Amino acid sequence: MVHVSATPVLALRGVSKRFGAVQALTDVELEVHAGEVVALVGDNGAGKSTLVKTIAGVHPIDDGVIEWEGRGVQINKPHDAQALGIATVYQDLALCDNIDVVGNLYLGRELRKRGILDEVEMERRSRELLTTLSIRIPSVRIPIASLSGGQRQTVAIARSMLGEPKLVILDEPTAALGVEQTAQVLDLVERLRERGHAVILISHNMADVKAVADKVAVLRLGRNNGVFDVKTTSQEEIISAITGATDNAVTRRAARNAEVQK
Amino acid sequence: MSTDKTSPADKADPTEPIHLDKPHEAPVDAPPAAGEAVTAVDPRLLVREQGFAGYLSEFKRKMKAGDLGSLPVVVGLIVIMAIFQSLNSNFLTAGNLSDISVAMVGTGMIATGIVFVLLLGEIDLSVGSVSGVAGATFAVLNVTHGMSEWLALVLAILTGTVAGAIHGFVFARIGVPAFAVTLAGLLFWNGFMLQVLGSNGTINLDSEGLVAKLTSYYFSDVAAAYGLAAVAVVAFFLTSFLDSRRREAAGVPSRPLSEIVLRTVLLAVPAVGAAAVYNQYKGLPLAVVLFLAVLVLTDFVLRRTAYGRKVFALGGSIEASRRAGINVVMIRTSIYAISGTFAAIGGLFLASKITAANQGAGSGELLMNAIAAAVIGGTSLFGGRGRTWNALLGVLVITSIQYGLALQGIASPIQYMITGGVLLATVVIDAVTRKTQKSAGRA
Ligand SMILES: Nc1ncnc2c1ncn2[C@@H]1O[C@H](COP(=O)(O)OP(=O)(O)O)[C@@H](O)[C@H]1O
Ligand SMILES: [Mg+2]
Repeated sequence: MVHVSATPVLALRGVSKRFGAVQALTDVELEVHAGEVVALVGDNGAGKSTLVKTIAGVHPIDDGVIEWEGRGVQINKPHDAQALGIATVYQDLALCDNIDVVGNLYLGRELRKRGILDEVEMERRSRELLTTLSIRIPSVRIPIASLSGGQRQTVAIARSMLGEPKLVILDEPTAALGVEQTAQVLDLVERLRERGHAVILISHNMADVKAVADKVAVLRLGRNNGVFDVKTTSQEEIISAITGATDNAVTRRAARNAEVQK
Repeated sequence: MSTDKTSPADKADPTEPIHLDKPHEAPVDAPPAAGEAVTAVDPRLLVREQGFAGYLSEFKRKMKAGDLGSLPVVVGLIVIMAIFQSLNSNFLTAGNLSDISVAMVGTGMIATGIVFVLLLGEIDLSVGSVSGVAGATFAVLNVTHGMSEWLALVLAILTGTVAGAIHGFVFARIGVPAFAVTLAGLLFWNGFMLQVLGSNGTINLDSEGLVAKLTSYYFSDVAAAYGLAAVAVVAFFLTSFLDSRRREAAGVPSRPLSEIVLRTVLLAVPAVGAAAVYNQYKGLPLAVVLFLAVLVLTDFVLRRTAYGRKVFALGGSIEASRRAGINVVMIRTSIYAISGTFAAIGGLFLASKITAANQGAGSGELLMNAIAAAVIGGTSLFGGRGRTWNALLGVLVITSIQYGLALQGIASPIQYMITGGVLLATVVIDAVTRKTQKSAGRA
């Protein structure tokens, strides 16, 4: 096992987040390197989406440290995360139904020419991007409202890739997709890794995780429950870490194995 | 390398698209390239045929998807005018039509501001009172204190901007529902106006002054109306044509010349017709020129600038806007400032009509008419859909009904009931449109 780079692109150290009475995250640790796909798995309500939103600046963290390329950083709003080079595809898709595909792709970073929206250039680049990603939609000028769920998902992913991000976070990108579109999304994930992006992939589907991820980080009830190497860990081990069926010895052994691998 | 873990059996070459057929562009209007006919065409792609068959099928698709746009209101307007003309042949005379178009500007300006607010999916109940404050402010500053007309005019408009910004800030920053904030504003600013007007109650404006001229000045030269119509038509054609050329050069779908010509003709007919009507009476009204200028400007801001894009984004999804880095508080506050500004401008036109600022200004049916005009014109109550031109169409409908019934000598109770009925029909269309769009979307 070779490290792609010595310093992780993103490292979370002891991150905690609380919503009123709900302690959604407690002392969570996570490292992602460039050119690496880390799968984040866990039961419903384990805190995966919350973790993603803290990284993306939607919910600022209460406690702990976020390190970006080795330096401690504050991520308090979505803009902070974008400025660092973090792109996020949320589980609840962050698209505007009433705006067309081009408008959504460029939302918040519109191309301008003398202060006026450069619709022609945005449309040209959108078509180019969608073609490179072999994404098929009826027209780039129809409102998102008239696209199917799968088509929306691919638009949301394409949107995350526009700004040449260093880290791409995908929150359950394949949950609502059919077989063909799932394969397409997984292809996109591999292409991202080849281009040297770091990727955090949240998924419930073990087959997806096995297919594209390098490491699997398990969250359980808002806490870390082991980080596993995909190649050397069986699906059963991961699932028992998710459900909490593991006794401590097994968890520790798996964790030790992962350390040895490095 | 850790990237080597995928076995060949798992996955095909990741650079190879997963589809069996070739990745396919989605030309909307583009003529089919030679040889492309061989490629299997995804039936879901919207390939529009050339020529009028193409428009027809596109039109049918839009109808099915619930994308009616301004069609219902244009049809409604024609029906209303036809009915009143059949009842009283004086309705479609140059004098009556000219009067309608001058009378509608005050409410129309206020409705323009309301369109901005409705685009957010919010409401502003204070615009009537704020319009009254503007008229009173101008009257007190200019007539009572002898301030110069221009300065008093600017300050009167700014009172609207400030009032709106306050409503917007309380709504956006503190999170009080817009309904409640602007209801408070309705009461407060009405009281403020009465206080400013003082015990006297009515202040008459100089009937030859700046504000009076807003609705009493006509460009009587025949060339003015025709000239404006010609400039508008040529400008429309040139911008459409140049835009289409640019799109062609960039290789993205563009409108064919035939469609641009058709659209230009569709604009030229009412433009020249209106000019002819004005010239039969007193000439081109200044109020109409100013209203059109405002509509062109606001439409440009909403559809061609990043600010406008943000307004639509907020109307579509607040959460998505926030995550796209849009400053929600700033945009919301600014929208209410815009609404207040147009309320004030509208108030000056209304004061101009009666050349006075009085205690009744900004009350009564004004607020309801302004909101109804925006909605009847086709602005969605659900946010994110509409244009400022909707204000023109809507206020034309409402003012036509008022004038038509007045010609018949029918009193305002009936007029309220009819306007209410039209408004109900419009919001029903709006709600049905939204439903149809949703179900068509998930097909
Ligand atoms: N905005 C919020 N306000 C209050 N509680 C929240 C919020 N977001 C998430 N939670 C809670 O945090 C916990 C983790 O949720 P989430 O991160 O969505 O889980 P997952 O994505 O792993 O299924 C849940 O108990 C959820 O109810
Ligand atoms: Mg989730």
